[in-house]
Amino acid sequence: MIRFDSVSKVFGATRAVDRVSFTLAEGTLTTLLGPSGCGKTTTLRLIAGLELPTEGRIEIEGRDVTAMPAAERRVAMVFQSYALFPHMSVRENVAYGLIVGGMAKRAALARAEEMLDTLGLAGLGDRQPSALSGGQQQRVAVARALVLRPRVLLFDEPLSNLDARLRRRVREDIRDLQRRLGLTVVYVTHDQAEALAVSDVVVVMREGRIAQIGSPRDLYESPADPFVADFMGEANVIEGELSPGRDGLARLAIGNHTLDVALTRQAVGRVRLAIRPEAIRLALPDGEAGLPGTVQRAVFVGAHIEYEIDTPAGQLFATAPSTEPPVSAGATVFVGFRRAIPLG
Amino acid sequence: MSSVRLAWAAALVFAVALFPLPWYAGRSTAALFLLHDRPWLWPGLACLAAAAVTALVVPRSGRWLVALAGAALVLLLLQGIAIGLPTTTWPIAAALFGTGIGQPAFGLGAASAIVAATLLIALGFARARAFNADTTVALIAVAGGISLGLFVFLPLLRVLLDVFVEAGRFSVAVALDRLAAAEAWGLACLAGGVRCGVVWNTLLLATLTGVLSTLLGLALALLETRGGLARTGVFRALAVLPLITPPFVVSLSLIVLFGRTGIVTTILWELFDIPRTRWIYGLPGVLLAQVLSQTPIAFLLLSAGLRAIAPSLEEAAATMGARPARVFATVTLPLLRPALANAALLGFVESLGDFGNPLVLGGEFDVLATRIFFAIAGARHEPGRAAALAILLLGLTLGAFWLQERWVGRRQYTTIAGKGDAGIPAPLPVGLHRLVSALAWPWAAFTAIVYAIILFGAFVHDIGRFDLTFTWRHFIEGFAIERSDFGLHFRGAAWDSLFTTLEVAAISAPITAFVGILLAWLFARTSFRGKSTLEFVTLLTFAIPGTVVGVAYVTAFNVPPLEITGTGLILILCFVFRNMPVGVRGGLAALAQIDRSLDEASATMGADAATTLRRVVLPLLRPAIVAALAYAFVQAMTAVSAVIFLVSARHNMATVYIVGRVEAGEISLAIAYSSVLIVLMLVVILVIDRVVGAARLGRRTAAPLLRVGA
Repeated sequence: MIRFDSVSKVFGATRAVDRVSFTLAEGTLTTLLGPSGCGKTTTLRLIAGLELPTEGRIEIEGRDVTAMPAAERRVAMVFQSYALFPHMSVRENVAYGLIVGGMAKRAALARAEEMLDTLGLAGLGDRQPSALSGGQQQRVAVARALVLRPRVLLFDEPLSNLDARLRRRVREDIRDLQRRLGLTVVYVTHDQAEALAVSDVVVVMREGRIAQIGSPRDLYESPADPFVADFMGEANVIEGELSPGRDGLARLAIGNHTLDVALTRQAVGRVRLAIRPEAIRLALPDGEAGLPGTVQRAVFVGAHIEYEIDTPAGQLFATAPSTEPPVSAGATVFVGFRRAIPLG
Repeated sequence: MSSVRLAWAAALVFAVALFPLPWYAGRSTAALFLLHDRPWLWPGLACLAAAAVTALVVPRSGRWLVALAGAALVLLLLQGIAIGLPTTTWPIAAALFGTGIGQPAFGLGAASAIVAATLLIALGFARARAFNADTTVALIAVAGGISLGLFVFLPLLRVLLDVFVEAGRFSVAVALDRLAAAEAWGLACLAGGVRCGVVWNTLLLATLTGVLSTLLGLALALLETRGGLARTGVFRALAVLPLITPPFVVSLSLIVLFGRTGIVTTILWELFDIPRTRWIYGLPGVLLAQVLSQTPIAFLLLSAGLRAIAPSLEEAAATMGARPARVFATVTLPLLRPALANAALLGFVESLGDFGNPLVLGGEFDVLATRIFFAIAGARHEPGRAAALAILLLGLTLGAFWLQERWVGRRQYTTIAGKGDAGIPAPLPVGLHRLVSALAWPWAAFTAIVYAIILFGAFVHDIGRFDLTFTWRHFIEGFAIERSDFGLHFRGAAWDSLFTTLEVAAISAPITAFVGILLAWLFARTSFRGKSTLEFVTLLTFAIPGTVVGVAYVTAFNVPPLEITGTGLILILCFVFRNMPVGVRGGLAALAQIDRSLDEASATMGADAATTLRRVVLPLLRPAIVAALAYAFVQAMTAVSAVIFLVSARHNMATVYIVGRVEAGEISLAIAYSSVLIVLMLVVILVIDRVVGAARLGRRTAAPLLRVGA
């Protein structure tokens, strides 16, 4: 369990982390998500002990580690650059922490070899790290962290140096490993798709503070504010008047147009709504009321088509599967919303 | 190192400082048996004892430890300074402890007490959670700070204070008088008088050296990078020479060529009846020597500057219709501006600090460096005057560095950003090509001749008088070895100084490199309050001219409490503190190439700072360490300006010995000895290059070997 109690980290005049509090449960995978400069990496480094907090209190498994240096914390970290020592072989890299911790060299090297086997790196122990591929280097970095049986394992943007094809696989590998060993993992990323795919819990950060904490589904379906809504996948934010409608749907009035929408949670009155691009329907069945709009731009991007549509609610960004009949730019359409997210 | 272990180490050092080590130099009595009749030792030792006990008994003692050990350090130093020889004892000490008291200089015991105090201060800071709560970091920072204070700032302070002292009395008026003296600032030469002030001489020489060496260096660099030459290795080979030769060797060669009986002079007289004169002794000779030494360094800087200009910029200008001359004037030259300024300022600063060439070739033309020397070592010993001149020289040098820092230090002109930039550098415009060829080739040839003279002159009878019969005589005189009943006997006159030089260089170089790299690591990888000040001060020591260091050391360390003048130790300390900043710079450059996450990874795997340093950082810094080692070694072998004050009959250095031969008119022996030094240095460089070459880890080596400015 990792507990932050009103932790701040100040660098000069900037508060990189600003009175952050959270509790992360044992055996879960938590991602810290946010745009660059939001304080997510600093938060990770505070857990590792690579930065000491300016104020506040940090606990790991019930122990106060606020002023404890990194070397004593038993928190392992996989660095974005992997940080493999270039002057040591792969095996020596993995054995490093054991040897530094006082284990006899022979035993440490043997243990390192076992760990390399476990991660599918058998036979690579004698190589220099620079002789491995990016994916292999990353697994060495993971092996080096796991061999110490850490209480907490930290990943700093682990996929950023891999090519797109490898990312999905490495992501799944990390998730499997975490589940199998019951590890407490904290994972930093700026990619919301990655965060949604691997996490038990997502912590969205913004300007040094926590914007929202929740499960991936919670965050996607009921974001607390426009920032989270936009960051967790794209969202169109519109304003309208909600009133109860029929069949469990709500009635949404925008100007003098009205349409029926499904809401993710109950809301009435004047509200802001977030609409996901895939929740926008362009071709309405006859008889259903919609917003009139003009297609400004239609772009074919493979799996789907992206549209920009001018409507009385403002410009909307919509996507439709490319298996549906395309609408060309300049066409007039009636737009409906499959689902809308009322914002706090 | 763990906190407990450090506490025990400090206590142990303190214990041996009390007993059995002799407290004073040259005596055998331990402090324990001195206490009964030397009450002034009590306060410092009591504080130190209290600090040691606190460190062992109270594990959480932080600030108290710093206060106690700090007080001990100050009190011990203070009693040493206040109660020196009976004549220099402060009145207040005499009033307290009675007149007629005095004590010899610190010995091993006192030195150990200071070390113990340093350890305890560091421990206290680490326990107070300063320096990232890491004892290793605290130890390096505290020990670095205290030793810089003792061996750089205390001596400098001593010199500054000497300006105020006249016949044992302190006077501000005297100081102002000395600093504004006509000797320094006089303008008599403008009004038809004989001589101008020595400050003007120095400034004139330094400016001319800076400008001329930069222009010649530029010609060489342009020809090398843009001249379309197939082979330019000859320029690079020439460029290495000044780095491995003692600074006055060029002067020797100039005397051989242009002296009254010199080769060129004789030829001119024989063929054209041009009378023999002594024109080489004075401004022209010194200038020529300094420009010869400095041009290759300017060449290296400007060549690097030219290579850093992305060819695509010049190609872009060309595609926009600019002709070669215009491309050069509007793109190449402006981008080269920082390198030009750098080269010129470096030439300026080097000339200010140069002592060997003005000493050998100056004649009536005095500069600050030589005037300082003669104020100390001349017929009249005038420390006050020397101090004033030293302050003026220090002021000029710091001013130049400040200008350089302000002018080019912060500007970003680098145009190559790690990415490969295809394209070919623009060729030189035709006219310019002719001009630089006309300058560069003769100059390169001249430089080659100057150095060839040294090698050649060592093997002929008397090259100074144009007597070119082959002989081994000079080597025999200098380096004869005889077999006697007691084994080999090094009979040659030069052996003593050569052995001392090698010994001092071999001892000081590893210390210099090690301390420099440790400090570099401290500055690059840790953060603590006061770090930037310590870093600034460390690199500032680099700017102090050798002559000033020499004066400072010889005055400060000639009397108790730190009396080391005339020992080998003072030479070693001098080299360590003079050359260490280069190690720091090399280390900083190398560390900038090593990703910080390597250190952090080591920390997250449970390694403390000392382990990370030993297992990760130092192995990766090996090239930088070896380069710093080579630099420190070569510097210790070739330096003359500071050490000429510090040598003694027992500990003479090669360079000083050679200068002595020159002054005694034995040019041939001086030349032979110089050639031996040059060859030795070449061997050292080649060996070290081999080692560095083997240690390369597929990354570029930092190359402070070719870093300049000493």
